[in-house]
Amino acid sequence: MSTDVTAKTPAPAPPGSGGQATSGGLLQLVLHGLRGNMRQYGMLFALGLIVALFAVWTDGDLLLPRNVSNLVVQNSYILILAIGMMMVIIAGHIDLSVGSLTAFVGSIAAVFMVKHDLPWPIAVILCLVIGAAAGAVQGFFIAYGGIPSFIVTLAGMLIFRGLTEIFLEGQTLGPFPDGLLKVSTGFLPEVGPSTNYHNLTLLLGLGLIVFVVLREVRDRRRQQEFALDVPPVNLFVLKIVALVAAILVVTMLLASYKGAPIVLLVLGVLLVGFGYVMRNAIIGRHIYAIGGNLPAAKLSGVKDKKVTFLVFLNMGMLAALAGLVFATRLNAASPKAGLNFELEAIAASFIGGASMSGGVGTVLGAIIGGLVLGVLNNGMNLVGIGSDWQQVIKGAVLLAAVGFDVWNKRRVGS
Amino acid sequence: MAGPVLEMRSIVKTFPGVKALSDVTLTVRQGEVHAICGENGAGKSTLMKVLSGVHPHGSYEGDVLFEGETCRFKDIRASEQHGIVIIHQELALVPYLSIAENIFLGNEHAKRGLINWNDTLRHATELLRRVGLDEHPETRVADIGVGKQQLVEIAKALSKKVKLLILDEPTAALNDEDSGKLLDLILQLKEQGMTSIIISHKLNEIRTVADSVTIIRDGRSIETLDVKSAETTEDRIISGMVGRDLENRFPDRTPHQPEEGTAPALEIRNWTVHHPIDQQRKVVDDVSIEVRRGEIVGIAGLMGAGRTELAMSVFGRTYGRHAGGTVLRDGREIRTKTVPEAVGHGIAYVTEDRKHYGLNLIDTINRNISLTALGKVSKRGVVDEHGERQVAEDYRKSMNIKAPTVFEPVGKLSGGNQQKVVLSKWIFAGPEVLILDEPTRGIDVGAKYEIYTVIDRLAAEGKAVVFISSELPELLGMCDRIYTMAAGRLTGEFSRAEASQEALMRQMTKDKKDKEVSR
Repeated sequence: MSTDVTAKTPAPAPPGSGGQATSGGLLQLVLHGLRGNMRQYGMLFALGLIVALFAVWTDGDLLLPRNVSNLVVQNSYILILAIGMMMVIIAGHIDLSVGSLTAFVGSIAAVFMVKHDLPWPIAVILCLVIGAAAGAVQGFFIAYGGIPSFIVTLAGMLIFRGLTEIFLEGQTLGPFPDGLLKVSTGFLPEVGPSTNYHNLTLLLGLGLIVFVVLREVRDRRRQQEFALDVPPVNLFVLKIVALVAAILVVTMLLASYKGAPIVLLVLGVLLVGFGYVMRNAIIGRHIYAIGGNLPAAKLSGVKDKKVTFLVFLNMGMLAALAGLVFATRLNAASPKAGLNFELEAIAASFIGGASMSGGVGTVLGAIIGGLVLGVLNNGMNLVGIGSDWQQVIKGAVLLAAVGFDVWNKRRVGS
Repeated sequence: MAGPVLEMRSIVKTFPGVKALSDVTLTVRQGEVHAICGENGAGKSTLMKVLSGVHPHGSYEGDVLFEGETCRFKDIRASEQHGIVIIHQELALVPYLSIAENIFLGNEHAKRGLINWNDTLRHATELLRRVGLDEHPETRVADIGVGKQQLVEIAKALSKKVKLLILDEPTAALNDEDSGKLLDLILQLKEQGMTSIIISHKLNEIRTVADSVTIIRDGRSIETLDVKSAETTEDRIISGMVGRDLENRFPDRTPHQPEEGTAPALEIRNWTVHHPIDQQRKVVDDVSIEVRRGEIVGIAGLMGAGRTELAMSVFGRTYGRHAGGTVLRDGREIRTKTVPEAVGHGIAYVTEDRKHYGLNLIDTINRNISLTALGKVSKRGVVDEHGERQVAEDYRKSMNIKAPTVFEPVGKLSGGNQQKVVLSKWIFAGPEVLILDEPTRGIDVGAKYEIYTVIDRLAAEGKAVVFISSELPELLGMCDRIYTMAAGRLTGEFSRAEASQEALMRQMTKDKKDKEVSR
């Protein structure tokens, strides 16, 4: 009998998956848990490895409090963009315009605040609205006009770059008002008794630890309530210890310098907020659904056009935010700002687990992917690798990350 | 006439869990047109895939002899080298290349990688003349109609020195005039000595062109009849196609008692839909149907009859161009221009193509089930994951979805279990009217029974069910009333008592008889 034909056709259920995992050993259980999020866990592991590598290579310079603080600020705008880009890619699209858009918004901000002395809070709000509007226009052409996102945003990339140069008349415009700089490039304020550490940052870190632990415990309880398989206790404890340790290390590093940068706080809010939206909100589900199978989503009553439109509107707003952060960090708007930011954000998304065909990925993944690139940048700068070789290495990392994922999927047979 | 050119002996082809062909023997004589007919899913296409090497030698049992030699085709190329060419139902032409380029695609007139355009055009013109297509060979394929594209396919086959031409439902997508031309061409080629196999379930077509017909049913060859003999009537062929005994494969059902005086739950009046691209073609032509609460109404029809098109065009205009007709729910006219509108009026459409239109295969069971009605497990736009999981768990139990957890990606489930997820998803939407399109296609007998039970339960709860299927036994076993469709038109309506496989099949194979197609 030719029973070996099964290899060629999709089997109903791969043997050894699911139910049997509970009876297997600890390792098997870990592997089972990892399988679904292989790329994300893999990249988290790779991130740890890269950090360790450069920490050794730079004789610990990488982990100096000052450098860690720098690293966060330096990468914040890419991370902000990566959050939006991840959602765009999950929806099955791409956005090439975000680099130009960050420059465009930066130039508008400079025109508002430097040339016309507009109060900075009003200028900031206007900039965010303009960014959202720019995203909305592109989203309109993509969702309702049916023009591929690649084309629309390629056009946007050229248009916004051109407009930036027009607004700035080819000049660099600065500086920004002190009030704004204090917020966008500043740190949390110093409060309480004088210790050797930054008190508010310590408090914040402590709060985060409590929050994370409580949430993990609550999730586990709920899973047990619903009679679902949960990882064994020792694995659970291990996970919590690792989480707490990671938060503690970062907190202590930041607290022994100037404290947590305000941008980090903003990033944290974005990560938690958008993570929550993508995981728990109806709109988040709809984004995954249209990226995963558009015809099926349409036939299920998902308003695909509206969702696509909103995803691009949101991307525009985040690009505006990134533009403000970037411009104030340089304390000037420049026509050449934000070059290749779109590529960094796209790379971060793919390293962090997005799929070219859409429907897959998480906001946290985008952050992890962005950090991998950020640490690579920073570490290579510290050890004196030129920007030429940096690009080669980053390209190789992107290829390796996605290549590993493709290979792994083929191996598992899903 | 001459001896056999092709013999297929006791072919058995097994897919995991399904025996697609259990014993097929086919003998085709030199120079004849041999028809193969059978219901959808009887195994016709699988048999042709075995013959053409799509299913390579070794993946099936039995022998294939062509011109007296045993064939061991590795792939399509191998079978084409022997002169066996298959033209699939879905045309395999590149729309933006010219006719000539398409004819010689993969087989170019070239020297050292450079195409010789003079040879190409000359040869293409010759071939076009042979198939009677009056188009310039440099015309883009996208710019000619489906009927002419079909002729290009045949020209392409002729360019490969074809000895045995296989046509899989060649007229399914064609209008009457183009069908007639195509059938003429087949007869012409026969006069030139060509042997052809034509898969069709249009009986008048078979009578026009074929010399003999082999009937396949449930993966077995039942009989081969001489079409020219007086004994081979259409009824004779129909009884061969359907003649299977009805085992106890359906749940016991108390037939629906129609209540007088109430409006039907769903009524479709004078519904007409045009093809989305070929706007001359009416895919659904003036169809009116109704279904009442608690009733299961079948729509029987063969491929291309317009059943799916009817359902999808009603459900949010997701197919074709609407050209007239109204939809009524409980006697009141409603708008169903978008899917959310249709769902809002309590209509659900369960697609025949679960992989493309039904499920997000990379997502989990629970998220697939909740997608149609996320609002039901959400508060203020936020999904309550635990409530959602509970819902999915409930369906996993009540529908008997076999999966370790509800977090399993749907793509990993078997066909039957995927179908249960699609059904769960639409039952969760809470519809009053369910349109089920081939709900048991491609799933095994056990899962089928479970699905029948669910459908029965839905009707008992007072839902109105429209059951589209090309498997007559299941319609006869499940439905209170059955409509038949053919070529986009309603051709009959049967009560449970009146319906029989023969009667239904006669209406399903009616090919616009009132218009007189053959000449």
